[in-house]
Amino acid sequence: MATTVQPPPTIKLPGSGNARRVLARDSAAPSTGIWVALAAITMTFAAFTSAMIVRQGSGNDWRHFAFPIILYWNTAVLVASSVTVQMARRRFASASADVGEHSASVLRALYGTLVLGCTFVIGQYAAWHQLRAERLYLASAASSSFFYVFTVLHALHVIGGLIGLAYVISKLHRGILRLNTLTAASQYWHFMALLWVYLLLLLRTRI
Amino acid sequence: MHDVSTNAAHHHVAPQGFLRKNVFSVDHKVIGKQYYGLGLLAVLIGMGLSWLMRIHLVWPNFGIPGLQWLSSSGAPAGVITPEYYLQLMTMHGTLMVFFVLTNVPFAGFGNYFLPIQIGAEDMAFPRFNMMSFWVTFVGFCVLVAAFFVGDGPPLSGWTAYAPLSAIPGTGPGQATGQTLWAVSIAIFCVGQLLGSLNFITTTLDLRTKGMTLMRMPLCTWAWFITSCIGLLAFAVLLPACILLILDRVAGTSFFVPSNLVVSDQPVNHSGGSPLLWQHLFWFFGHPEVYIAILPAAGIVSHILVNSYRRPLLSHKVIIYCMVAIGFLSYMVWGHHMFLSGMNPFSALVFSFPTLIITIPATILVLIWIGSLYGSNLQINSASLFALGFISMFVSGGVSGFFLAQPSIDVYLHGTYFVVGHFHMVMGVAAIFGMFAGTYFWAPKMFGRMMNETLGKIHFWGTFVGTYCIFMPFHYLGLVGNVRRYSSFVDDFMAPLIPVHKFITIAALCTGAVQLIFLYNLIYSRFKGAPAPENPWQGTSLEWATSSPPPWDNFGGKTPVVYHDPYQYGIEGASGDFVMQNSPEQIPTAREDKKLI
Repeated sequence: MATTVQPPPTIKLPGSGNARRVLARDSAAPSTGIWVALAAITMTFAAFTSAMIVRQGSGNDWRHFAFPIILYWNTAVLVASSVTVQMARRRFASASADVGEHSASVLRALYGTLVLGCTFVIGQYAAWHQLRAERLYLASAASSSFFYVFTVLHALHVIGGLIGLAYVISKLHRGILRLNTLTAASQYWHFMALLWVYLLLLLRTRI
Repeated sequence: MHDVSTNAAHHHVAPQGFLRKNVFSVDHKVIGKQYYGLGLLAVLIGMGLSWLMRIHLVWPNFGIPGLQWLSSSGAPAGVITPEYYLQLMTMHGTLMVFFVLTNVPFAGFGNYFLPIQIGAEDMAFPRFNMMSFWVTFVGFCVLVAAFFVGDGPPLSGWTAYAPLSAIPGTGPGQATGQTLWAVSIAIFCVGQLLGSLNFITTTLDLRTKGMTLMRMPLCTWAWFITSCIGLLAFAVLLPACILLILDRVAGTSFFVPSNLVVSDQPVNHSGGSPLLWQHLFWFFGHPEVYIAILPAAGIVSHILVNSYRRPLLSHKVIIYCMVAIGFLSYMVWGHHMFLSGMNPFSALVFSFPTLIITIPATILVLIWIGSLYGSNLQINSASLFALGFISMFVSGGVSGFFLAQPSIDVYLHGTYFVVGHFHMVMGVAAIFGMFAGTYFWAPKMFGRMMNETLGKIHFWGTFVGTYCIFMPFHYLGLVGNVRRYSSFVDDFMAPLIPVHKFITIAALCTGAVQLIFLYNLIYSRFKGAPAPENPWQGTSLEWATSSPPPWDNFGGKTPVVYHDPYQYGIEGASGDFVMQNSPEQIPTAREDKKLI
């Protein structure tokens, strides 16, 4: 025969069905969400990469052109921004007794990341401008098409990251920033830097 | 696993305003119903288009009243031109594959029931969830807008093969219509990616206490696996659409080859690869088959086990088979391209995994059928449609064995055999899964019972009708009836017109039977008998809350899970089932390890 044990404890909430809990402070969801998003972004750029390799081999119209030097400077800027966002995360994680001082140093690092991120996007724009001056447009050659597609889409992702960083900073200003949110933002930002290094190597070897 | 019972900082109170409550809602239940409604609208349009095509095929000179208002050039005096036939075909396929087969079983039911079945109060990212629906809705509007621009929608088929799709001016609808198609699908991809992100994160992180992965119901597993497939598949279709749009509007040459002449005019592109589009498209396209069918398979498993009143032969093997199907679905895309001119060795490489993927699919079918033995089958509309799903899945799947052979596919690929195959195994089977899910879950979603008599009439009419439509397609294909032709009046296929007439009449009748479903759904939504909390005596968590569930799903109580999801026919238990959240101890728990 079945036996009945003590009923489980239930947690009563105000409103009885009319109120939901927000995600717990230690929820892994933001980090998981970022990893899932990064998987999708990886797949997208993998598809573009395979398209580039196939396209390069399908016709005899592939055109090599001089790589804008500013792209290397941009790479340095983005890698530096990855360092600053990591500094922000580490400072935030090691909460000090002086909360005000702690927030200020985190803010400085986040603003630094924001400025470096904007500098990167501006630098990319300068690279496109330089290519346009050399009459290399989107449709000029298959190689330039892929160059613009890769760099513009990456820049759009970086701009998305900048918006995310602005959101994180606004939360920090309001004192409601959670470590898991900042961790998720930093993971995305590191990935953008990593992705850019990959794209730089890919474009450099193919174009 | 995240225990939601701790660390709750504060709460989101249910919105009161009409717009926030019913339109721009972050509630997964509302979003699920929105997806379902959008799918219903799309299927009505898609079915209407198939009627127009079927009527034109057998009565090519018949003027369909009012059609000239939709397109005066495509259907002058209501008579469909060959080009407009292809345009209707393109829109039928696109609407059905993307906005029906993907939307309803996955996004519709999944949004509504996945969080409830794992004991969560909502999706992990409710705002993204709302955004995913509205992005999808915008994609739908952009696609439908193609009917009303220039010379109408595109004619390149739902696969939009390049270079036909990549060059404006290759036919009616290939200008603005084709661009709208590509933009629509790109938008749709974004919506699906957002949805998949939510499904995966919610499943991994928001399960309630006791809800281990193996305790998740089979449909939750199906939605989870499907979201993993969708995440990678739509992430490939999106770049393909971006490149296609650039070819069309920016003059790039990703898919357009050199020396192409269209309408006696040389095309100003060079070096592109039409095969590249096919590779990118089918890398998405074949997993898309499983994006449509796996949620339906999960729903059907969930319903069958409830109807059998006993566990399926193995819960775990079903999960492993679905995972295997999801994994293998990425290795078979080339079997859609046997005639594309690719290396014959590649055809062999793609043929092998195509045959391999039938093994887990066959195991699924054997478990569904084998579990019938010794069961106490409850016949109702939901279980009938679930059994009908198996029938369609097997009937359509068997023809897949033939098409997986490159040498046979060479003959059959361009014929109605393929049309019959994919309509049965992917289209109708998935739609049977949707119907099964609707009859099973409508009481929970709307708080009203659907009429069972009407449901059974609907089932038999649909079941017989779909066989009358799609089985003859196989015959037509075997005798060489090519697909995509708009009429067969004056050629060698003219003797086949009587078969086509039979199919058309069957299609019209089967379509009319769907009006019974529509009436039943709408009538019972408002006038049906009030649904109890657990009308089917189910065991999973959606039956542990009111019908319909409150804003937070469980009325302020966090469910705790004690059992595997399908504890039916338990000897010694107080009833013939034990719910997942019941603390009742089960003396002879039917664990999978004891069954296999």
